[in-house]
Amino acid sequence: MSGIPTDIKNDFPVLHQQVHGKPLIYLDSGNTSQKPRAVIDAMSDYYETINANVHRGSYEIAVRATDALEGARAKVARFINAPAVNEVVLTKNATEAMNLLARSWGAANLGPGDAVVISEMEHHANIVPWHMLAAEKGFELRWIPVTADGHLDLTTLDTLLDGAKLLSITAMSNVLGTLNDIPRLAEAAHANGALVAVDGSQYVPHVHTDVQAMGADFLVFTGHKMLGPTGIGVLWARAELLDAMPPFLGGGEMILNVTKEGFTTTDIPWKFEAGTPMVAEAVGLGAAVDYLVGLGMEHVRRHEIELTAYALRTLTERFGDTIVIHGPSEPAERGGVLSFVYGEPDARVHPHDIAQVLDQAGVCVRAGHHCAKPLLQTMRVPATSRASLYVYNDESDIDALADALEASSDIFAF
Amino acid sequence: MPGLDDLYREVILDHYRSPRNRGELETPPAVRAEGFNPLCGDEIIVFIDVDDAGVIADIAIGGQGCSISQAAASMMSAAVKGKTIADARRYIAAFKGLMSIHEGEIGGDGSEAEIGITADVGDSHGVELGDLEALKGVVKFPVRIKCATLSWNTLAEALAEAEAS
Repeated sequence: MSGIPTDIKNDFPVLHQQVHGKPLIYLDSGNTSQKPRAVIDAMSDYYETINANVHRGSYEIAVRATDALEGARAKVARFINAPAVNEVVLTKNATEAMNLLARSWGAANLGPGDAVVISEMEHHANIVPWHMLAAEKGFELRWIPVTADGHLDLTTLDTLLDGAKLLSITAMSNVLGTLNDIPRLAEAAHANGALVAVDGSQYVPHVHTDVQAMGADFLVFTGHKMLGPTGIGVLWARAELLDAMPPFLGGGEMILNVTKEGFTTTDIPWKFEAGTPMVAEAVGLGAAVDYLVGLGMEHVRRHEIELTAYALRTLTERFGDTIVIHGPSEPAERGGVLSFVYGEPDARVHPHDIAQVLDQAGVCVRAGHHCAKPLLQTMRVPATSRASLYVYNDESDIDALADALEASSDIFAF
Repeated sequence: MPGLDDLYREVILDHYRSPRNRGELETPPAVRAEGFNPLCGDEIIVFIDVDDAGVIADIAIGGQGCSISQAAASMMSAAVKGKTIADARRYIAAFKGLMSIHEGEIGGDGSEAEIGITADVGDSHGVELGDLEALKGVVKFPVRIKCATLSWNTLAEALAEAEAS
């Protein structure tokens, strides 16, 4: 067995309710995860006992609030095996972290004749910031293609990396579930003189993450997909890179000195954290890290592989050629993100209609383009339904999904 | 509590399975307008051919999307084909009224006065209104209202373009 407690759902208050008269079946964790009681309590406790502004107050609870914030940062640093705690910059979410990377490192280092390499399976958060910056700075944006079976097509990788300054790539696709071989990609990028930024939004919550083993130079991820609250994300970067990068937002917290003539910045990571930070959210993220460490990330991943295998098997056995599940067919090569189209091969039911029918059965899935329109263009589908799994899901949730899918075939008559 | 029967009425599913006026028209003489629902990727293309008398002589619908967006587009095309631009605008206003959308919420020119025309439309075009009224259940599913109104907003754009050209 996976090592995840069978009564884990008891830790997640939101799962114990009915919608439309049916038990809530939450299969949208790739979108946002649910929160364990430990995270909710940690945030409440913070507000009820030590709420004060950080890095300023000289009184007792301000000191404790600062310790809570910096303690959460340290937990995150250990969780991703960062060489140093001050390499962890707290942001609003992964999108802000990627924009910080683009606006600070990118604006200082990219210009005409340069190139940034991304892939066709990126989330819009790893596409649009580069489009925006490329329009200003005149560098080239290059795309690693995706094969029909949902893997990166690396046959032209060295050509794409030739002259590139950055490879910015997802560790796990939020549509296909594909796990990319980051160490191999990083090696190729470094051999070509490019730095490597990893979008870990889908990966970090599900797979043990070691930035040093990855060979990454930057890593972005978000708290709310890893059992933590919304409003907190992370940019990790090697200290020497952060030290050399210009500040992103200006204001309080990020300065050493301000005069009428100008300002000097403070040390990393605070140089990139202008304004009062998200203290309660950081505390919540720290509690989420504690919870995941308590479960054991190897157990989290094993649970995901087992449940993904069960889901692939169940859906394929029950629906045959009326279902197409995108992405790698081998559970060990993928995360628990199941994008699918359903219906007779010549008349698929539209994902929005599927999501609507599933909702009536209490089953929450996402329908649409999943903020990855270039990928869906490559896949030649306008939209998919997506069920995405996490630690609190079990086989009964997959069975509920399959039962609800059958109901949609009744309505749409096939 | 609204049930799926309120949303997926048989007449809606019929329009979805057998869409009316599906295809393209040559531009010019026809004009073409394109509408997107960026949230879900629904896409509607409306071609209209307006004759010298200001009558929509022909209409064709392209694009792809969910059953509600495609059925609504099909019903819209059947309702306004052969009607004047002015009548088509009354339909747009009436339909937005049916969706409980009032002036300013999704653009267009659906004033309160025009929304009051719903009954007139019903009186003069009973068959078409019967179809359109099947979409009334969409109101109970707020996230789907944009699906139902997409083709009507796109029609409004096409009408404006036809008048301009």
